[in-house]
Amino acid sequence: MTEPTGQADPAQPEAVPVTVQTEPAEPEVAPVAPPAPTTTPAAPVEHSTAVAAQVASVATTEETIAGNPLRDPRDKRLPRVAGPCVLVLFGVTGDLAKRKLLPAIYDLGNRGLLPPGFSLVGFARRDWAHEDFAQVTYEAVKENARTPFREEVWKQIREGIHFCPGEFDDDGAFDVLSMMLKEIDQTRGTGGNYAFYLSVPPKFFPTVIEQIKRTDLAKAPDGSWRRVVIEKPFGHDLKSARELNAITNAVFPEESVFRIDHYLGKETVQNILALRFANTLYEPIWNRGYVDHIQITMAEDIGIGGRAGYYDGIGAARDVIQNHLLQLLALVAMEDPISFDADALRREKEKVLRAVQLPADLATGTARGQYARGWQGGEPVVGYLEEDGISPDSITETYAAVRLEVANRRWAGVPFYLRTGKRLSRRMTEVAVVFQRAPHLPFSKDDTEILGQNALVIRVQPDEGITVRFGSKVPGTAMEVRDVSMDFAYGESFMESSPEAYERLLLDVMIGDPPLFPHQKEVELSWMIMDPVEEFWAAHGQPEGYASGGWGPASADAMLARDGRAWRRM
Amino acid sequence: MTTFNLTETTASKISSTLTRLRHQMGAPAVGMVLTLVMVVDEAGQYDAVRAATEAAREHPSRILVIINRDPAEPNRLDAEIRVGESSPGEVVLLRLYGELTGHADSVITPLLLTDTPVVVWWPGDAPAVPAQDPVGRLASRRITDARSTRDPLATITSRLGGYVPGDTDLTWTRLTPWRSLLAAAFDQPVGKVESGVVEAVPDNASAPLLAAWLSQRLGAPVRVTDSSGPGLTAVRLDLGGGGRLEVTRGDARLATLSKPGQPDRRVALTRRATSELLAEELRRLDPDETYSSALQQLAKGSG
Repeated sequence: MTEPTGQADPAQPEAVPVTVQTEPAEPEVAPVAPPAPTTTPAAPVEHSTAVAAQVASVATTEETIAGNPLRDPRDKRLPRVAGPCVLVLFGVTGDLAKRKLLPAIYDLGNRGLLPPGFSLVGFARRDWAHEDFAQVTYEAVKENARTPFREEVWKQIREGIHFCPGEFDDDGAFDVLSMMLKEIDQTRGTGGNYAFYLSVPPKFFPTVIEQIKRTDLAKAPDGSWRRVVIEKPFGHDLKSARELNAITNAVFPEESVFRIDHYLGKETVQNILALRFANTLYEPIWNRGYVDHIQITMAEDIGIGGRAGYYDGIGAARDVIQNHLLQLLALVAMEDPISFDADALRREKEKVLRAVQLPADLATGTARGQYARGWQGGEPVVGYLEEDGISPDSITETYAAVRLEVANRRWAGVPFYLRTGKRLSRRMTEVAVVFQRAPHLPFSKDDTEILGQNALVIRVQPDEGITVRFGSKVPGTAMEVRDVSMDFAYGESFMESSPEAYERLLLDVMIGDPPLFPHQKEVELSWMIMDPVEEFWAAHGQPEGYASGGWGPASADAMLARDGRAWRRM
Repeated sequence: MTTFNLTETTASKISSTLTRLRHQMGAPAVGMVLTLVMVVDEAGQYDAVRAATEAAREHPSRILVIINRDPAEPNRLDAEIRVGESSPGEVVLLRLYGELTGHADSVITPLLLTDTPVVVWWPGDAPAVPAQDPVGRLASRRITDARSTRDPLATITSRLGGYVPGDTDLTWTRLTPWRSLLAAAFDQPVGKVESGVVEAVPDNASAPLLAAWLSQRLGAPVRVTDSSGPGLTAVRLDLGGGGRLEVTRGDARLATLSKPGQPDRRVALTRRATSELLAEELRRLDPDETYSSALQQLAKGSG
């Protein structure tokens, strides 16, 4: 502590480098930083002064960053790097940690986006030492990282890896965790910035959050931050979502809660905004005047696998439609936000979700199914009711489709068909905007017999990209028009640079940038949309069976047929 | 990969061969985002093409390689077309003989992709004013590399004289990880920097640029001193309140960041391959104003 900052007031960024610029370097940039209007209540010395002083010297406050003499908005080569922090990962033994989270941390390091001193603490019910967790991380990285393995990057990450063994209800373990974090602040200079990532089943949330509260880990000293990251499911209906939120919000304020919907971290999904709001080509036709209907699909070719315990009783609609598909709907249907900051974006998404209306008759406006025994992609597979751990009379749906409308001027009368299912013919997620037919065709009926409707398809996964479908003349002497597809593939154009969704989201958590995380209001609005459907289904017995490896139940096809439409073939 | 040789040919024959090959491969749509023109000699051709092909995986490009041969020979244009698996784009090596060596622009103009950006890269020696070069004039982005010239230090200092917005030099690109790490260190209060030192092997053209950038942004003198390398080895900044902020890197791979009152931390800081540098260049095609200010500061003398 040789810094002159370590005086009484820990948060007063006295050291904000308001460089007495002898020559005004960048006129428009040099922020004449006002003597930082931090209203610090005469610094109640909470913890040991050593810690407070240490925090002061690493405080990554907005003012400090704004006053950073080395940063300049015009210097676009410099990436956004998070400030020093600790990521505490609950549930490190889980599948998600091994497949996605740990590799994503490595990939961030490899791209130079991890802060110096970044530390990772694993917490799990395992009798492990730091080395054992490091080994697990190493293996996960080797196996699943997207960027090439480099020894020096691993060394950097390895230095910061810690492990804290214990049960969630063990006070002692959390006391150890709390001590460990204080120690890491000392040895790694992480300045009291902690992100708690709860990669655990929701039933453990209350226990973990309560422990975090008990050990005072949620309270950030001035100049540092504490954040909590939670994953879906955010409840299983409106009531439980509110309860869950009450538990979290009792300890962490809303702005410190980051809800991960990994779809929103995907490049293509973010590109929906670019496509709509950076171009002039699409927006004029993006309304009821030209759009016939919109189909949002998320199809999986796999069954429930080992997730029986989680899936049974939840079903496709809660698992996928309530979060991913309604978020996609919001992005596709919303008005232009005044900016891309979290508030503006969330406001527009909320408006759309509020305007969503269910069909008057849920019997004809929704469809559900349960996969039956069959063949999928050349292999025999069992039906849902025969899966391990599933009760033979389960009424959980594995396929769900719903017809929604958005009651506003832009979309009145345009149906939004949402569907999701397991064990379908292939894995794909897409948003298809299907346009109306040309009002008049100056061709003979025969010439345009096989001409369909124009469509703009945003392919979310796999093979991320955009497809435009339009009519084109078949080469030859006759005038014959048929549908052709034109593809733009990100996979091709921006392959290596596009980061995995979790990389982007983890970085945003550490930076504290919330636009890509759904707000509690959006979660609740989505439940308000889905709850009546779930209630209706719960009262109507067994879902219709559909053959594995196919395109879903007949009732879903009938639902569109009644409107004179058909699903896009998967 | 398919290689196709055309001898004593013309731009229009090359162009129609490209189209024909594309149709034969069943991919008539062009998904390329830019044209990358390289001006290189026969000796440097292999490495440069390899780097460009790798960079093209991130930015699918048509890569046109201009190789000037003996100007005393009769006029002649030989082309070697490569399409296929090694990269999503196309590579055309153009060997120019005779008077044609002075008119490379006439060969590449018909081969540029329509209405997409053009980038010119001189992996070796570059013209004094790249934007006024007949080939450079076709591009919106011009990339040079002072390191590969005979006197890198003199070259980088002279870049300001020929600078036009849109120029960049790979010696600047090589600094991005260093600059990023230093900027991250300043995301926390550091205090006034009184003076600084950048240490590097003699003749490292990146070092004076880094010193100039730091000096300008921090409003403090930053010197360059020699070290035994490899490459850039340290940045040491003396702080007003005493103490030092230091980034040291002895092995060109792993650096140590030291700040007063804080534990030392190690950070990966690897020297990057040319293909990565090039990929970074192609990511943003607007003029790099920070580079231009660093050049100006360098010319003023940062000492």
